[in-house]
Amino acid sequence: MSILVNKNTKVLVQGLTGKTGTFHTEQALAYYGTQMVGGIHPKKGGETWTGSKGETLPIFTSVAEAKEKTGADASVIYVPPAGAADAIIEAIDAEIPFITCITEGIPVMDMVRVKAKLDKSKSRLLGPNCPGILTPEECKIGIMPGSIFRKGSVGIVSRSGTLTYEAVFQTSNEGLGQTTAVGIGGDPVKGTEFIDVLEMFLADEATTSIIMIGEIGGSAEEDAAQFLIDEAKKGRKKPMAGFIAGRTAPKGRTMGHAGAVVSGGKGDAESKIAAMEAAGIKVSPSPARLGKTLVEVLKG
Amino acid sequence: MNIHEYQAKALLKGYGAPVAEGVAILSVDEAEAAARQLPGPLYVVKSQIHAGGRGKGKFKELGPDAKGGVRLAKSIEEVVAHAKDMLGNTLVTAQTGEAGKQVNRLYIEDGADIARELYCSLLVDRSVGRVAFVVSTEGGMDIEAVAHDTPEKIHTIAIDPEAGVTADDVAKIVAALALDGAAAEDAKSLFPALYAAFNEKDMSLLEINPLIVMTNGHLRVLDAKVSFDGNALFRHDDVRALRDETEEDTKEIEASKWDLAYVALDGNIGCMVNGAGLAMATMDIIKLYGKEPANFCDVGGGAGKEKVAAAFKIITADPKVEGILVNIFGGIMKCDVIAEGVIAAVKEVGLKVPLVVRLEGTNVELGKKILNESGLAITAADDLDDAAKKIVAAING
Repeated sequence: MSILVNKNTKVLVQGLTGKTGTFHTEQALAYYGTQMVGGIHPKKGGETWTGSKGETLPIFTSVAEAKEKTGADASVIYVPPAGAADAIIEAIDAEIPFITCITEGIPVMDMVRVKAKLDKSKSRLLGPNCPGILTPEECKIGIMPGSIFRKGSVGIVSRSGTLTYEAVFQTSNEGLGQTTAVGIGGDPVKGTEFIDVLEMFLADEATTSIIMIGEIGGSAEEDAAQFLIDEAKKGRKKPMAGFIAGRTAPKGRTMGHAGAVVSGGKGDAESKIAAMEAAGIKVSPSPARLGKTLVEVLKG
Repeated sequence: MNIHEYQAKALLKGYGAPVAEGVAILSVDEAEAAARQLPGPLYVVKSQIHAGGRGKGKFKELGPDAKGGVRLAKSIEEVVAHAKDMLGNTLVTAQTGEAGKQVNRLYIEDGADIARELYCSLLVDRSVGRVAFVVSTEGGMDIEAVAHDTPEKIHTIAIDPEAGVTADDVAKIVAALALDGAAAEDAKSLFPALYAAFNEKDMSLLEINPLIVMTNGHLRVLDAKVSFDGNALFRHDDVRALRDETEEDTKEIEASKWDLAYVALDGNIGCMVNGAGLAMATMDIIKLYGKEPANFCDVGGGAGKEKVAAAFKIITADPKVEGILVNIFGGIMKCDVIAEGVIAAVKEVGLKVPLVVRLEGTNVELGKKILNESGLAITAADDLDDAAKKIVAAING
């Protein structure tokens, strides 16, 4: 099993005709035949997209039209920052169940507007500013490198793209493999949070252990830790390893990700690590030892 | 992006917020004329630097008994004397670090008779994804200390973006700040105006500390700190025009031209990494092995050879750097592009310090081959742990 996406997921691409959208759509099609079913472009509806290896996809004028004609249940967004919020809102209005926004650099106030819409909708948003989601040998949405994955038992959830790859690579090398890896993204206002993904991993039978990777800024890790403590009291608990990036980051400086900043005395690494350890997560001091740390947890 | 207090006040005044009259000056010659434009008899002379804690700050050149970076003056002569004392000298505050910041600009402001000092800020409350007012009756103090010692005195009021600041929201703020009379009446226009400014200008922080109730009962914005969302600057030409590059690190300015996420730090191992999380983790692991990073640098996912070379040059130009760690996990980023960028930069500016490179992911074999065949003195590392150990060992000799 897996969470959120599998071999039946049908994916639309908003921003397919750009360089980034084209490259990653080719990669997705090449990854175990991920079902990419069409692209959106307001002026190129009716045309056909052709990839570098001769792959083709139909282009539709709107997300609503594309959904109706393809039966898509997911969308991935590669639209540049200035138009990305409107692209998300178009997908919400078309009632796409699962929307992933890869775009980095969307103004926060735009995401405040999106969040208000999202809260009243039936859609789930992953991101923005995230690497996407991948279920090994079934479905790849976004920009994660498929080659490092291996089908297996670890659920991975992370605020950082490249640290997700570290966790994937290391769990593959340890022979554990993954059920699904989810990058929730580095922006301060986003769709899916740690708690949402952890709930799904706890419910997924194939996921027998979890890696959670956080970073400085906000309190999502602390909230997730409290959630895990509450769930453990109900008897729902899985072995977990974790990591928090940014122990050495100076206060008040934004570290690359818009959301990675310690401000107003909140969001520092130490309080997150303490909260996660209190919830029974073994937090590795080194990002190079995520896989080994999880193996140690599993050995007990 | 941060701006100066005098710029923030001018911006807020444009939204109808009550601010004192004031004049910004760059030289002592302008001080007397500036003061003469104000009503007097009380004046405030305020250092304009991008750091808080100015009032309690000390000037390096003036000795420990001299007054701080915000001073009261009771005559025009006193304004001029303070200006002579402050301009060109280095102010060290709790937020500037030991090096301090040179005061190149002063803001001469009309003094106010203060009855109460309050705190008000606006920020994006990430837990609800909304803009929120954070208010407290404990103004004029370090708000982090207030939040730590007496959290019950901090009130957060999140605003529904579809409704804006409602009468009910204003009532909550008025109650939290215990405002009455003229101040409560002022509040009806002030708080919606602050919210409008925050929204329309894409601010990331608007902090008024203190917001004062004057002895005449009215509210006034006595200090203002504004930061803008860097991701939204593309749609605000007026805001970009307020940028003061003399307040920024020269390496960070150069990096921003290349759209590199770079933060200058105090250590001596330079880092070049792809991805913000991995870049922070690389800093952390350097510390774990007993050294300090000289910088945070995320070259991003889609960087070309030129951008990689630019990043490498910025790192090598830092005189503090005694060794460099390049850590790449290629997803979108291809390892061969990194290798070519590093080699191009080294050919141009040379390599005078140890360099450890860890490559993993897309096109890793090609990247390693390019580095091996370059003939440069590069130490290859297998993983992040190995890389950190090797660069620390290289520096320790």
